[in-house]
Amino acid sequence: MKHRTFFWFFLPTGLAMFLFIALPIVSVVTQSVFAPHEAVLKTVENCTPLVGCTTETTIDQEATREIREAQPLGRFVGLDIYLDRGHLAIAELGEAWDTAETWGDFWDRLFNLPLYRALAFTLTFTFIVTPMLIVVGLMIALAVNSLHRHLKGLMIFFSLLPMIVTPLIGSLILFWMVDSRGIIGSALVGLAGDPNFSLKASTGLTWVMLIVYGIWHSAPFAFVVFYAGLQTLPKDQIEAAQIDGATRWQQIKYVVVPHLMPLVTFVALIQLMDNFRVFEPVVGFNASAHATSLSWIIFNDLGGETRQLSAASATSVLTIIGVAILLSPVLVRTWRDFKGK
Amino acid sequence: MFFRKVALSSAFALMAGSAFACEIGARVNIIGNEFPAIQTVGAGAAECTGAEVTKNLTADHKDIHVAGMQGNPAEYTSAIVANSTLTILMNDDLVRPLDDLVAKHGQGLQKSQLITVDGKVLAVAFMANAQHLMYRKDVLADLGIEPPKTYEEMLEAAKMIRDKGVMQNPIGGAYAAGWNLAQEFNNMFIGYGGTFFKEGTAEPNINSEAGVNTLNMMKALTEYMNPDFLTHDSNATNAEYRAGNIALLNMWGSRAATQTTADGVTDEVKNGHAIAGPMTVGGGSIPASTLWWDGWTVAKNISDEEAEATFIAMMNGIRPELMQDAEVASQAVWLIDGYEPTDAAIGVFDAAKAGTVPYPMVPYMGLMHGAIGNELADFLQDKESAEQALADIEAAYRAAAVEKGFLK
Repeated sequence: MKHRTFFWFFLPTGLAMFLFIALPIVSVVTQSVFAPHEAVLKTVENCTPLVGCTTETTIDQEATREIREAQPLGRFVGLDIYLDRGHLAIAELGEAWDTAETWGDFWDRLFNLPLYRALAFTLTFTFIVTPMLIVVGLMIALAVNSLHRHLKGLMIFFSLLPMIVTPLIGSLILFWMVDSRGIIGSALVGLAGDPNFSLKASTGLTWVMLIVYGIWHSAPFAFVVFYAGLQTLPKDQIEAAQIDGATRWQQIKYVVVPHLMPLVTFVALIQLMDNFRVFEPVVGFNASAHATSLSWIIFNDLGGETRQLSAASATSVLTIIGVAILLSPVLVRTWRDFKGK
Repeated sequence: MFFRKVALSSAFALMAGSAFACEIGARVNIIGNEFPAIQTVGAGAAECTGAEVTKNLTADHKDIHVAGMQGNPAEYTSAIVANSTLTILMNDDLVRPLDDLVAKHGQGLQKSQLITVDGKVLAVAFMANAQHLMYRKDVLADLGIEPPKTYEEMLEAAKMIRDKGVMQNPIGGAYAAGWNLAQEFNNMFIGYGGTFFKEGTAEPNINSEAGVNTLNMMKALTEYMNPDFLTHDSNATNAEYRAGNIALLNMWGSRAATQTTADGVTDEVKNGHAIAGPMTVGGGSIPASTLWWDGWTVAKNISDEEAEATFIAMMNGIRPELMQDAEVASQAVWLIDGYEPTDAAIGVFDAAKAGTVPYPMVPYMGLMHGAIGNELADFLQDKESAEQALADIEAAYRAAAVEKGFLK
């Protein structure tokens, strides 16, 4: 393609990427290195019903307005927000390293810090859910593909249901089912034989529940992609394998899976990104006491009565960096494949 | 055309037999919470004619009111707020002093309704609220237990109810991690005589004896709660109460009237429902609760015409005649002239009489509340000590306060 043609061909995409990807990233990085000005406080008398008048502290608006007008972006704080306790917590980490007596003690202190606690769950979730959903998706695809053609349409529809249900609604429904008075919850209480048994009160079981939910929700995506891939599998290769006496398992291992490998990479790539941003189930399951994720921290910073824009921006930038690190092996491989050709 | 409309609507007003006429000359747009009392105020404001009155009453009002009032002109001309949320709007200088409008259109307001800060009226309060005791008088009477006056008595009562096999987990509480849990901490901490900040500064002061006592009392209460307590907000706690699963809870006064009117409440709960003032704790004299008011503000970044129209419309939403409607009167503890307290109001009035302190109105309280809500869950799950939990709260608060410019 000529450079000129390429330019005009690429322009709309480039423009959209600039507007919807590059600019927001620039904005979020800017917001993360600026923080609100130091507040000018003054003491005033407040009068409220049933109580009368009390002395309270409030922000001196006139003084603050002048500072704000002089520097509308706020005060430049560089990487301070990234290094504070709510994020990378360098000082706390150093202190834990110096004073912790055992590894266990060090880990305890590490996971007491909000970002590392969130990372622990986010990474566990990502690295268990992603491979599992690929395996489950592949199994459903193979099963549906071997059905009689009259049944296929119906089964495809049912297999897709978990993906069609809005994530928040799906997790809320499950949340009430696993409640200690819900259908699954009471069944578990019966099985455990302990009236105080509660899935929602246990950190370990909450993680399991979120992970199972994650697989349930995302497996249909893998299934659809793999099912489409199976339709392009040449019949003669399978027949050749059958003539060679390959069992069904051998056919899958040596013929089907290699054929689907590019799709596996694709699904892994998309799902690594998606799962690293796990958010809805944490909210839907009301699980923030047991499991938090990077996206949940951003939501929490923005949703409090006092919005912490700089803190939320810093976590967003860290999330972008996290996604880049996660995807780098796959991207490097794609690049090598491209150079090799 | 305009005059015909006016003539028509005033004719209708006369036909409906109401003596008032509410005429406004500019748009009104209200943002606020969604519970029944606020719905009533919003509906009253929307009765005004002459210009458009729109309202957005939602539980998520806190997430959007700052953004909706920051622009110039502001999207919302009025925000319905409480102690904590007025502070948030004040931090960004988004509400307008109302002294001139009160003088011009504020006839019929009681002086106690005016929320003044630094001598300027910033909000008009219409109802009061507080968390206080709700209990099942039938369950307590069967076992010969007096309604508890302190949290220590509440624990004893709970132990008796469990030991007699009446209920496995007799205590309820809105202990959902986040805002609710932090609010329960605040109540108890105030009950133990704690102060959140070092006098006159934004320095946190909760890692104290009062803080440790607070956490130990909360832990002791959770032993008698449904094991899912960290996921139970006010709604879920009420559902447990209505289903007859719990007998004692500290709950919002604004929910007292509707506690037994929801669908599916058993007759036992309906007949056994009773309320009382908030409890004290640790031998203290100040109740372990906070006093709240709900009121409305007028946005700063709007024209004077819009501000006047908003004031008139909101005044119509809290006019004294509304108090004659029995259903409206039962919706809240109104601060409006002509309100006769109903049975559901006992708890909040007792709270005020017993000297319950108002929820702190300092600009950094929102950050403290957030930090408490995020850092308490570990302690309640036995994963760390009380001292560690309090140190974590202070550290989390400090990081947030440094970012927002309250601390260096």
